[in-house]
Amino acid sequence: MSVPTSTGRFGEFGGRYVPESLVPACAALEAAFRDAWSDTAFRERLAHLRTTYAGRPTALTAAERLSAELGVTLLLKREDLAHTGSHKINNVLGQALLAQRMGKTRLIAETGAGQHGVATATAAALFGMRATVYMGERDIARQRLNVFRMELLGAEVIPVTSGSRTLKDATNEAMRAWVAAVDEAHFCLGSVGGPHPYPWLVRELQRVIGEEARAQTPVIPDVVVACVGGGSNAAGTFAGFVDTPARLIGVEAAGGAAMTNGTPGVVHGYRSLVLQDAAGQVLEAESIAAGLDYPGVGPEHAHLGTTGRAEYRTVTDDEVLDAVRRLARSEGIICALESAHAVAWVLRAAGTPDLPTGSTVLLTLSGRGDKDMATLAGEVR
Amino acid sequence: MKRLNPYLTGGITPDWIDYLLAFQAAGADAVEIGLPFSDPMLDGATIQQASDQALRLGASVASILTDLAAARSRICIPLIAMTYANLVFRGDPFTTGPATATGPEADPEAGSGPEAGRSLGAGSGPEAFCRRLAEAGITGLIVPDVPVDEADRLEAAATAAGIDLVLLAAPVTPPDRLAEIGRRSRGFIYAVSVMDTTGERDALATTAAPLAARLKAVTDLPVLLGFGISTPAQAATAARAGDGVVIGAALMRRVLDGATPDDLRAEVAAFRAALDQVDQEVPAATAHAEISGHRR
Repeated sequence: MSVPTSTGRFGEFGGRYVPESLVPACAALEAAFRDAWSDTAFRERLAHLRTTYAGRPTALTAAERLSAELGVTLLLKREDLAHTGSHKINNVLGQALLAQRMGKTRLIAETGAGQHGVATATAAALFGMRATVYMGERDIARQRLNVFRMELLGAEVIPVTSGSRTLKDATNEAMRAWVAAVDEAHFCLGSVGGPHPYPWLVRELQRVIGEEARAQTPVIPDVVVACVGGGSNAAGTFAGFVDTPARLIGVEAAGGAAMTNGTPGVVHGYRSLVLQDAAGQVLEAESIAAGLDYPGVGPEHAHLGTTGRAEYRTVTDDEVLDAVRRLARSEGIICALESAHAVAWVLRAAGTPDLPTGSTVLLTLSGRGDKDMATLAGEVR
Repeated sequence: MKRLNPYLTGGITPDWIDYLLAFQAAGADAVEIGLPFSDPMLDGATIQQASDQALRLGASVASILTDLAAARSRICIPLIAMTYANLVFRGDPFTTGPATATGPEADPEAGSGPEAGRSLGAGSGPEAFCRRLAEAGITGLIVPDVPVDEADRLEAAATAAGIDLVLLAAPVTPPDRLAEIGRRSRGFIYAVSVMDTTGERDALATTAAPLAARLKAVTDLPVLLGFGISTPAQAATAARAGDGVVIGAALMRRVLDGATPDDLRAEVAAFRAALDQVDQEVPAATAHAEISGHRR
């Protein structure tokens, strides 16, 4: 995918809409990333960590029984097999290495479902750094397992009680905390949103998903599909296929669909499509998947969507729960509620003009469902 | 004369204009009107709570400007709007997003809230926003999440509408940026005295005076210090370093706690008295300098 402009824009989206207090930190991060990314030693160290610590390359699994049922060839890129259970580790290992290179001693993060928080806590432990993770009170209640994991790893989890008490407000609080600790702390942002250089930086760190998958697939798939909240696993996956004829499909939660229902706006430091009311107040998203409960989407997705290179669809919570059950019973894989959005679209679209019989589909299974057991126990029969 | 700019969240109470008039009566030089936003990135708990309360009461940019226009004959000091980028760039006419047909471009004022169907002006984006501010009698604008690098279009829009776009400077702002901020800011420069969000503090930050001094060296514009200035004594100390102060959270906390406009008039008057005291120190210092000089 494209490199952003010097002001961090993908088309008309992106930018750096942050308080003056954070501008030097963003500029320093951009400079440090440019420097590190062109440094062979840095990239080799990251590659080594990915192999020996994170468990990369992750497998590509042909979902044979489900493929036979659906009449399409479904290939699953198994980010659920990565250490900590999701693609989030790809981004965080890179950012933690970068933070260490910049002399930072502490990581600040926001988390929704907790997977990014767990990955951040993990990297902090690995590098001997402190970690502070902001998490909405509502998400803490539905993702207790991940809260416990973060605390066991030594991170401080700070409940956020403002607004919707979900990822949106956790992001506000993490950015405020960064203002007050910018000398010592790196803001380890979890998705492809936020001020420049984050959307670009995180996509480059997640690019490994798409590049591995491209090398693992015998043919270029007809369709590449991934779930989209902020959109980091989709951005990383799409990066491996954007220069091919493959259709790129991002799947959003019906109650948190910034690509589908959003309008142009500025929130959390970047300009993109945002769920907001007519007066410009940001709306609270609503999804069964805490990781997709977010009213914005990464600016590169907004750009890919408006230029038509990628398409975005929505699925409902009920479809998601059905997708979890069907994937579990046909393939023996319990995926995260977030990832199940992508599966749900395939289930719905297979055999229709949107996904004709005989198509080859590459789907990024961004994480595993252990964290969602409490939710699933009450919902899946 | 040291300037006193108290901050007031627009629509924080149904009678919020009475607080504005109380600030004026107490000797405010200008009042900063917060146009509440759902996600105020740079605000601490108090201003955030004030914004939430205003939004719950149905406040919007449109309703606040309407209230101000209605009170215009009673307001004789400058008003400065303070808000976030999303409200300023809302319904950007240069945008061609996929959802614009149902988005705010269709009618920037249409919606389901109390302002549904009301239109205060044609167009959208920063140009229309600044025009609407000017029509309501507002002469200045502060947008903390639009740093100087992102300000070109807003700067042009503000200038065209006769609005001073006030830029912020922070303790970490490097010298070259500080000079650019000094050159491009209008009206005054807002010195963010501490690396933190808005909110009350026990003491004036140690970063306040050095930032004011660095700014004074690169600009002739007045330098007003804000963020964390909570007491008249702190305001006096800040004002000795700069040209005045912005007082926000300390006042909004009182309003949230139920203080009346009369109560707030007394609060603001106390800040006014502290600044006036600083003004009186200046001739004394000059006199002292003259005596010193005479002795040499």
